[in-house]
Amino acid sequence: MAEKRIVLGNCGVIDPRSIDTYMAKGGFKGFEKARKMKPGAIVDEVKKSGLTGRGGAGFKTGLKWELALNAKSKDKYLICNADEGEVGAFKDRYILSNDPFGLIEGMCIAGLAIGAKQAYIYLRAEYHFLNELLCHAISQVKEKGFLKHMDISVFEGAGAYVCGEESALMESIEGKRGESRYKPPYPPTRGLWNMPTIINNVETLMNVPHIINNGAAWFSDLGTPKSKGTKVFSVSGDVKRPGVYELEMGGPLKELVVDLAGADDIKAVQVGGATGSIFPASMIDVRLSHETCLGSGAVVVLNSSRDIIDIVFNDVQFLNEESCGKCTPCREGTEVMMEIFGRLTRGEAKEGDIEALEDLSKTMALASLCGLGQAAAVPVLDSLKYFREEYNNRIDQSMFLRSYLGGELSKSKEGVR
Amino acid sequence: MTKETASNGAGRSALLPSLKTEVQKSGCISSEIMAGAAKQAGLPLNEVYGVTTFYSYLPTEPAGKNVIKVCKCVPCSLKDVPEVVAGIRKAIGVTPGQTTMDGKFSLEMVNCIGACDQAPAMMINDTLYGNLTPAKIAEILRSY
Repeated sequence: MAEKRIVLGNCGVIDPRSIDTYMAKGGFKGFEKARKMKPGAIVDEVKKSGLTGRGGAGFKTGLKWELALNAKSKDKYLICNADEGEVGAFKDRYILSNDPFGLIEGMCIAGLAIGAKQAYIYLRAEYHFLNELLCHAISQVKEKGFLKHMDISVFEGAGAYVCGEESALMESIEGKRGESRYKPPYPPTRGLWNMPTIINNVETLMNVPHIINNGAAWFSDLGTPKSKGTKVFSVSGDVKRPGVYELEMGGPLKELVVDLAGADDIKAVQVGGATGSIFPASMIDVRLSHETCLGSGAVVVLNSSRDIIDIVFNDVQFLNEESCGKCTPCREGTEVMMEIFGRLTRGEAKEGDIEALEDLSKTMALASLCGLGQAAAVPVLDSLKYFREEYNNRIDQSMFLRSYLGGELSKSKEGVR
Repeated sequence: MTKETASNGAGRSALLPSLKTEVQKSGCISSEIMAGAAKQAGLPLNEVYGVTTFYSYLPTEPAGKNVIKVCKCVPCSLKDVPEVVAGIRKAIGVTPGQTTMDGKFSLEMVNCIGACDQAPAMMINDTLYGNLTPAKIAEILRSY
C-alpha cells in the first residue's frame, strides 16, 4: 500500500498564493456543484460518505452537520479548528502552508450545508506566520465570488493546548478562559454564543470538496468499515524521513514508519500525541484506523536507546501544564501523576506506586470533562502493559539505593558514636 | 472580527485580540492594562485577570525584546534539547527563565510548537527555526 495523496494532492503542486493555480487543478468545482444542491442534499452526501472527524475525536461529520442544519436559529457558525497543539502533530501546518484554498473551499461548502453566515479559522498563536497567507487566500476566494453566502475571519489563539478541544475553543473566541464546557448541550445545538455551531478540523474540511466532486460512494469505498477515506499522518522521532504522509484508512503502521518515514530501529511507536497509545515493536503491523488507534495522526517513533518512562513523564508534564484546571479528576489527577512519575524518575519510587497509577487512570478516564483528562492515562497504562519491566526496574533500583544508602548512613552514625 | 453588540455576549470576544495587541505594544499585560481592558469590556477586573493568566501568549511579566521559545516536548526531546539550551547559553549567556542584561533576548522552554519534523526547534517572536545545531543557533542569534 503506497501513499494515497487526496487531501495532500495539491501540496507542493499549486502556488498557495494563487487561486488560479488551485482552480486550474479543478478547485472550486465542488463548490459550484454544491451551490446547485439543497443544503439537506449536501449533508446527505457527507453522511453517506462516512466522513469522520480528523482532529482526534473521530465523530461522524455528516451527523454533526445534520444537527446544525436542523437547529432553528437565525445565526449559525462554522469554525475550522486549526489549533493543532497535539504533541507530534504538524499536518495542519503543512496543509495550511501549501493548500489554504482546499480548506476554504471545504468551509464554503460546509457553510452552504448548515446555513452559516459567519465562519472562523481558529489559528493557534504559534502559527501566526500563516495568518497573512490565510487572509490572502480568503480575499482571493472572495474576489472570485465564492463567499457571497458567508464571511470568513481568522481568529488567533493565545497559547493553550486545551483550546484545541471544541468547547474550550469556543470559550476562547468568546473572550474567556479556555475551559471545557459541560456537555450536553453540544455545539451543533448550542455552541458559540449559544448558537448552533459546527467545529471541524482542517483535514476534515479538506475532504469535503473531494466528496462532493467524486461522490459519497467513491469516498466510502476507501478505508475500513468504520473509517472511510484516507488519513494524513505527521511522523517524527527516530526516523530518517520525518514528515507528512497520507494513507488509506486501515494502512499498516509498519508501512508508515518503516517504508515511508525510514525507521530502522524501533522499540515503540506512540500514535495520537501526548495522550496517544504506545505500541511496542511487536505490534508494528497494526492497521491504523478509528477501530485500532488514530487520534490526530501524530506518530512518534522511539528507538531502542529510548527510556519509555522518561517519554511518558514528558507527556504527563505536558498534560499537567496544559490542563485547564476546571474539573477535579484532571486538575488533581495530572498533579498526582506528576508526583508519582517524579518519584519514579528520581529513584524514589515506592511499592504501591504502580497500583496507584492504575487506579487513578481509571477514575480520570471515567470522570474527566474532556479528552485531555479522559485520555491522560492512556500512555501510562500502555507503557505499564508493554514495558512493565522498566517500571519494576526503576522501583527495584530505588529500593536498592535507599537500602544501600540507609546502610551507609547507619554505619557512619556508629563511627561518630 | 465582525462588530457585534454586547447584548449576546459577543462584545467580550474582542478581549483576547485586544490583550494580544497590548502585548505587541508593551511587551506584557500590566495591572493598568488589565484595568483598562476591564473598563472597555464592561467586565470586573478579576475576569480580565483570569483570562490574562490563562494564556501563555499573555505574559504579565516583562520579557526581552526578542522572546526565544525552545520546545521541550517528546519529539524535540529525542533530538538533544539540552544541546540547544547550552548553545543559546554559550551565544547569549542566558538559561531558561532569564533575560539578557541588555534586555535584547529572553529564553523560555515551551510546549509543542508543531515543528516536530524539524526537531529540535525554537521560535524567536513569530519566526520558526528548525533543525537546530549549536552553529546554527549562534548564527541565528547574531542576526537579531
